Amino acid sequence: MELMPNFLFFIILSIGIGFFVLNIKKLIYNIKLGKDIDRYDNKSERWKNMILLALGQTKMIHRPISGVLHVVVYVGFILINVELLEIVTDGILGTHRVFAPFMGSFYNFLTATFEILAFLVIISVVVFWIRRNMIKIKRFMNPEMKGWPKYDADVILYFEIVLMFLFLSMNATDSLLQDLNTPNYINAGSFPISKYLQPLFNDFSQSNLIILERVFWWLHIIGILIFANYLYYSKHLHILLAFPNTFFANLDSKGRFKNNANVTKEVKLMLDPNADPYAVNSSDSPPEKFGVSDVIDMNWVQLLNAYSCTECGRCTSECPANQTGKKLSPRKIMMDTRDRLTEVGDNYRINNKKFIPDGKELLNDYISPEELWACTSCNACVEACPIGIDPLSIIMDMRQYLVMEQSSAPGDLNNMMGNIENNGAPWPFNNQERLLWANEN
Amino acid sequence: MNVNTLADLTAQGKKPDVLFWVGCAGSFDERAKKITKAFVKILNNSGISYAVLGPEESCTGDPAKRSGNEFLFQMQAMANIEVLNSYEITKIVTTCPHCFNTLKNEYPELGGSYEVEHHTQFLKKLLNEGKIKIQGGVFKGKRITFHDPCYLGRANNVYEAPRDLIKKLDAELIEMKNCKSKGLCCGAGGAQMFKEPEKGNKDINIKRTEQAINVKPDIIAAGCPFCNTMMSDGVKSKEKENILPVKDIAELIAEAKDL
Ligand code: SF4
Ligand code: SF4
Repeated sequence: MELMPNFLFFIILSIGIGFFVLNIKKLIYNIKLGKDIDRYDNKSERWKNMILLALGQTKMIHRPISGVLHVVVYVGFILINVELLEIVTDGILGTHRVFAPFMGSFYNFLTATFEILAFLVIISVVVFWIRRNMIKIKRFMNPEMKGWPKYDADVILYFEIVLMFLFLSMNATDSLLQDLNTPNYINAGSFPISKYLQPLFNDFSQSNLIILERVFWWLHIIGILIFANYLYYSKHLHILLAFPNTFFANLDSKGRFKNNANVTKEVKLMLDPNADPYAVNSSDSPPEKFGVSDVIDMNWVQLLNAYSCTECGRCTSECPANQTGKKLSPRKIMMDTRDRLTEVGDNYRINNKKFIPDGKELLNDYISPEELWACTSCNACVEACPIGIDPLSIIMDMRQYLVMEQSSAPGDLNNMMGNIENNGAPWPFNNQERLLWANEN
Repeated sequence: MNVNTLADLTAQGKKPDVLFWVGCAGSFDERAKKITKAFVKILNNSGISYAVLGPEESCTGDPAKRSGNEFLFQMQAMANIEVLNSYEITKIVTTCPHCFNTLKNEYPELGGSYEVEHHTQFLKKLLNEGKIKIQGGVFKGKRITFHDPCYLGRANNVYEAPRDLIKKLDAELIEMKNCKSKGLCCGAGGAQMFKEPEKGNKDINIKRTEQAINVKPDIIAAGCPFCNTMMSDGVKSKEKENILPVKDIAELIAEAKDL
């Protein structure tokens, strides 16, 4: 009988962690569906990028209000999780505040810090909620934020508030029990915030207080496990993926769009007078597909980008096309990629690691050509993203598919390209007249 | 105008220090040709040894690549690289940020590695080396705002060279709401220059022009022939073309030097 709670705790913890690992495996499997790209070069720069952007959140501060609030929630989240160490140890060993006897007054300092952080987190989360639901800040109101994404964002806020209150209520009842010299409730900790919650519990008997304290304790840890498993389905995945995402981000100058190596091969063959004209077709492998029409055509960093996206909309709010009422929204590009990737990943898993066509594609079924053609390739979205996501690379790869596989560029662009092909300039001028300006006044 | 082509110089057994890559807009577009001429005037005045390719130049392929036609881009690139390498070119300066970006960033992998500079960087260097002098004079106290070209600014992190040059004109440099890394695009990039915009509620160049007008400049300075066209059209649509000129930095300097 004595061991029951430990055993139960162990089971619940194992289930929680087990599902979490399963989700992470799914995630890695899906991301690995992407094509190869080398992002292991220049490691020191990459670590630096990760430390600055993910750990230091240096780009979040570009928007001071949300930036500061976000840092509070983030620091609070991480530090309060240190407390988890004790909670898990207590759970497994059946102890209570197991670290307290070893830490002396430092334990008081820690519990006080955690409480203050919890309080700051609650304030920040409330402001976040107000920004989304009452002030209705524009970047949270775009069409792609309807339905699940809006719901998801709110669910996370509610979750955090509930977790913080459970944590504080747990401390409030605990400290009351300590005051009553309850056996097992050793005198430890300092509770500058939760003491204000104590009046709520003053009228309870000691035995009821113990039940309450246990209920809060259990709900808190179970809540955290549920939250961890909710991540896979949520934009909140960024709390984990921001780290690899900033590590593997593009470090090159933003103007360098990668050259398609398959095209280089073909062009070299065409320009080489000694090349065998049939060489291109003689190989057994099917001809390479140019560009991207579905998620499996993308490289794994683009797929990682999609899962990392926080749906914050900083990219979209800086996008000149979006600002002037065009359909294009770089955030939607990332969200669509993620939704489609989850769908395609499930398809692979259900069908024994093979993809059974489902009559859908990222292009057209999720992202329309109209969106793709509205992009000015200005890089504002890339610059704005706090965690180094590159929506532009996806847009450009999809344009490549539209033009090279489907020849479906807008008519004006076809004219322009025809001009380049024939005259070496995007306008119908004779290349021999390139120097005419020198003779004009 | 006295301009040497590489072919001419090579025939005379000479080799210039730097190639001026004029670009398609700079060669053919009426407005952009004025920028080309202004820059050439400064070059001639400074005694720099340079040449152009003339008819041997061809589109870098930037608009093709940004449209998604990688094949056409690489055909253009390979052909240009062959010409550039045959003349053993090592240094290139260009007045177009799109050419600048493509030559600098996308040609090396295809076999064409050169030291490439935007003309504002180049002019800044000439100035530092004392090879050109800029007097404020005509622009003294004028309010000038600089529109960052995306392919110079965000794409390549060049923000200061054009601004330093404007300050040298004794002008008052004023910044728009969106500037430097947060600069708003003029709407021309990514081959938008060559097509009608998608359906929306405003044209991008109008929005950008409004941002410029908001800071009450006397002159809008640009560093890209396409931005120049877009901003000029924007100013026209606001019926301010007579009071609010849009000028390239090279034009400002040539004017200040009374060239
Ligand atoms: S690069 Fe394209 S998608 Fe990104 S901000 Fe510019 S126009 Fe918008
Ligand atoms: S791509 Fe980056 S900036 Fe855009 S919504 Fe996602 S996280 Fe935010």
